[in-house]
Amino acid sequence: MELIKPEFGLFFWQVVVLVILVFLLGKFAWKPILQGIKEREDSINDSINAAEDAKKELMHLQEKNQDMLNEARIERDQMLKEAQAAKKRMLEEANTQATQKAAQIVAKAQEAIEADKKAALVEIKSEVASLSIDIAEKILGQNLKDDKAQRQLVEQMLKDVKLN
Amino acid sequence: MLASPFLRIFLLVSVFVWGVSDAYAGDDSSDFNPTDMIMHHIQDSYDWHFLDVGETSVSLSLPVILKTDQGWITFMSSEFHHDSNGEVVVENNGQRVVNYHEKAYVLNDGESSLAFDENHYPENAVRPLDLSITKNVASIFLTVIVLFLLFPRLAKHYKKSHKAPKGLNNALETLVIFVRDEIAKPQIGSKKYMKFMPYLLTVFFFIWITNLLGLLPGAANVTGSISVTIALGLFTLVLMIFNGTKDYWQHIFWMPGVPVPVRILLAPIELVGMFIKPIALMIRLFANITAGHIIVLSLLGLIFILSSAGVSLVSVPFALFISVLELLVAFLQAFIFTMLSALFIGMAVEEHEHH
Repeated sequence: MELIKPEFGLFFWQVVVLVILVFLLGKFAWKPILQGIKEREDSINDSINAAEDAKKELMHLQEKNQDMLNEARIERDQMLKEAQAAKKRMLEEANTQATQKAAQIVAKAQEAIEADKKAALVEIKSEVASLSIDIAEKILGQNLKDDKAQRQLVEQMLKDVKLN
Repeated sequence: MLASPFLRIFLLVSVFVWGVSDAYAGDDSSDFNPTDMIMHHIQDSYDWHFLDVGETSVSLSLPVILKTDQGWITFMSSEFHHDSNGEVVVENNGQRVVNYHEKAYVLNDGESSLAFDENHYPENAVRPLDLSITKNVASIFLTVIVLFLLFPRLAKHYKKSHKAPKGLNNALETLVIFVRDEIAKPQIGSKKYMKFMPYLLTVFFFIWITNLLGLLPGAANVTGSISVTIALGLFTLVLMIFNGTKDYWQHIFWMPGVPVPVRILLAPIELVGMFIKPIALMIRLFANITAGHIIVLSLLGLIFILSSAGVSLVSVPFALFISVLELLVAFLQAFIFTMLSALFIGMAVEEHEHH
């Protein structure tokens, strides 16, 4: 029973001490402590927010960069394609031009050959004619001298003609 | 302080060995009375007695402050010469004072020694108004000193830097944040909790540190004194009453939303409930702390009950285990008291949604 019998003195001192404690600690400890903690928490939150904003900005920039890079790549590809096409076209053009020119040259050469041939034939014809005339002259000149000699002469002449 | 529980237990045992052997020596019959030993250790006293070395008793003499109709009586408790059987009579200011079972009695005029009635109650003396600085009061002051050493130092940190404190300050800050975020905010609500933070923090750290100091050998059983817990519970009750909203009182005296006969029936129940809440707080703290002390003392008392040093092989490890458990209980009880105080205050300041 002694244990659960309150003592006024102890109660009194406890009340006095607690009132003083709440007042003094409240003023010199709890208030600045809670304020300090709150300030720090606020500053931490602000910093985190700022960091998040910066991160977002960075992501945005990176996206932008990526977009620009992609665009540049596409442009480059297009330019390459165009260049390749141009090359192909130019090659083809050059090819056809060359073929045409070659054909023209061949045609011209053939024409020249034809013309030369014709001219040669004409010359041969006139040569043959003059030869024939010479032969006829010589035959007629040495006429009747010797039958054998005549034959020899003709053969000789024919030989000469062949050699021509 | 907590570094060496073994050392602590050793000291605890030593203290009891001395204390108990003293009781032994004083007793003619060689019976060891465990109840007296335990009661002596968990109750308040005018002296702060640490230990006896041979014939000399190592104790701190504390002021005795009494007030009777004839005026104040003040003297140091050493004048009782460690007597608590009402045998030593201290004369002061023309009045005679005796210490009977650690309670001061002022003898009636003309009486020179204490006399008892058939129930062993003093019959020729009265209890004066007793404001003595007893062992428990001195221990409360010790807690105050510890609190003033710890927290203004932490407060100073925030003036110097905005960074988190280090070491002990960091641990204390964690607890302050714990009280704020786990106790005050959820129970009272983020709008009104700031007003009650000084009380909740003070009570939390006061109870916790007092509990811890109470575990030291030779320490007082402060939070296990009903007078102390009554004062603490009373503060919570006062805060509930003075901060109760209109809704709170309406829910007590004229419960809305129920028929009138039920309202009449509910009013006294709710009114009693309002007082029972802090009473439960005060009994819980008192009983838990006292129980812890009694268990440790009983386990060590076993050695003397069974008159065998061999028992100490069992009871000392058990007492050590309970002591370590008490470290947890010290925190737990501080937490529960603060938590429930916040809950009750929260109920009183809550703004109800109107149905």
